[in-house]
Amino acid sequence: MNALLRWMRRQFVPLIVFVLFIGGWEAIIRALQVESFLVPAPSAVIVAFVRGFAQANYLGHAAITCFQAVSGFLLGSALGIAIAVMVVVFPALERIVYPYIVALQTVPKVAVAPLIVVWFGFGMESKVIIVALVSLFPVLVNVMAGLKSVDQDRLDLLASLSASRWQILRFLRFPNALPFLFAGLNTAIVFAVIGAIVGEFVGANRGIGFLILQANFSLDIAAAFALFMVLSIMGVTLHSILQAIQRRVLFWNRTVEAGQPAPRDTP
Amino acid sequence: MPPEAIGDAALSIRDVGMVYGAGPGAVEALSGITLDVAPGEFIAVVGPSGCGKSTLLRLVTGLRRPTGGEILLQGRRVDGPRSDVGIVFQSPVLFPWRSVLDNVLLPIEVLKLPKARYRDRAMELLDLVGLGRFAMNYPAELSGGMQQRAAIARALVQDAPVLIMDEPFGALDAMTREQMNLELQRIWQAQRKTVVFITHSIAEAVFLADRIVVMSPRPGRILDVITNTMPRLRSLDDMLAPAFAEQVRHVRALLGGRGAEL
Repeated sequence: MNALLRWMRRQFVPLIVFVLFIGGWEAIIRALQVESFLVPAPSAVIVAFVRGFAQANYLGHAAITCFQAVSGFLLGSALGIAIAVMVVVFPALERIVYPYIVALQTVPKVAVAPLIVVWFGFGMESKVIIVALVSLFPVLVNVMAGLKSVDQDRLDLLASLSASRWQILRFLRFPNALPFLFAGLNTAIVFAVIGAIVGEFVGANRGIGFLILQANFSLDIAAAFALFMVLSIMGVTLHSILQAIQRRVLFWNRTVEAGQPAPRDTP
Repeated sequence: MPPEAIGDAALSIRDVGMVYGAGPGAVEALSGITLDVAPGEFIAVVGPSGCGKSTLLRLVTGLRRPTGGEILLQGRRVDGPRSDVGIVFQSPVLFPWRSVLDNVLLPIEVLKLPKARYRDRAMELLDLVGLGRFAMNYPAELSGGMQQRAAIARALVQDAPVLIMDEPFGALDAMTREQMNLELQRIWQAQRKTVVFITHSIAEAVFLADRIVVMSPRPGRILDVITNTMPRLRSLDDMLAPAFAEQVRHVRALLGGRGAEL
């Protein structure tokens, strides 16, 4: 009971701010009689949100977008990890492969997306590939940093035991890279949702991105706002799941070396 | 020297020199180091900062090759890392994702020895260093002194006859340090290892060692090797004895007043 009371006291100010913000928004729209195709009132957004789930199959579309984001994220992350490990195990590769990766990263994925849709079609494949492309880089850069930034004393200890290169990877570099990996994954999961929407903007007949385009064309801005809400909920949920996994995997990181490495995304 | 004599020493350092770099920028870290350490002997190496103590550690453990002379461990020339020497570093160097027990067993895993068979030994060693109750804890849950005890247990686990310790208690507070010195004496008595203990504390050296190697500033040379006359077992009260003060004064005089930290 005490804990609940403390929680309520802590949430009190944010809650008041939220109510004031929404209330003020609603009041301004009503007072100034702003056209609903410019900015919708919060009440209109809620109505559109409920109607969307009841009538327009928002859940089904959200599931598709979510599936594309998650499978692209998994594919991109796996590729990022694999390339990072290869580059660290065979340092000669770094000078060969890395410039291409950076070049790929500096090209905006939005610019490449239409081409990918042409190559891989209107279906889910093209979106999964776009998502994989945007998720790859943050994971790659962070895992590379994590594999490399190992403590010299720990390396010396393993060297004094004549550890093989593989043993150094297994006993030191892999576990050392885990906090970095999660920093990269946290960035990548946010990018993944963006990537899926970009893909759907370019060419799709399903998914939240497709619905947003439709709502914009028909000037149903309340529906567009409702769809933004769906996307936020999706993003927050995916992020929270990742955080929960991170807390389990990095059990030692909470108490030890304070904080995790700063996330790196773009070079 | 005849080969039989080589076999007598646990560690034999022969005219070892170490130069880092080449040309005009070269730095001579060690010069003409010669020392024989008998099996079961406790040797302390003292000297001012930058006298090449840590270089000596890296050479003896085979992490680096000397640029001159040679080092024999158990009668065999050191030309790479060897499993017959255990190391304790200045910091505990534990792996935070491994439990204390798994940290102690790390050398066993790396050396591909049967882990199950060394488990009991690891537990005994943890009992010996007073960490028996903490085998399943993680390093972050231990204090600095406890972490360094775990590191000592790890250095002992593969039962290497020689133990190299590089200022292992330098980061600990004075009270914990005294306690650790007492414990190390006890562990050394129980395990009968040959120990090379690098320190910049003269009092610590006099308290622990059979012989004290006094080194000069760069390039590091051996100024003198002093045989410690303090009787065993030593207690912390012995540090107040006139004989103890005399030994400390003697070492300090050799260092020319340097190493006045303790």
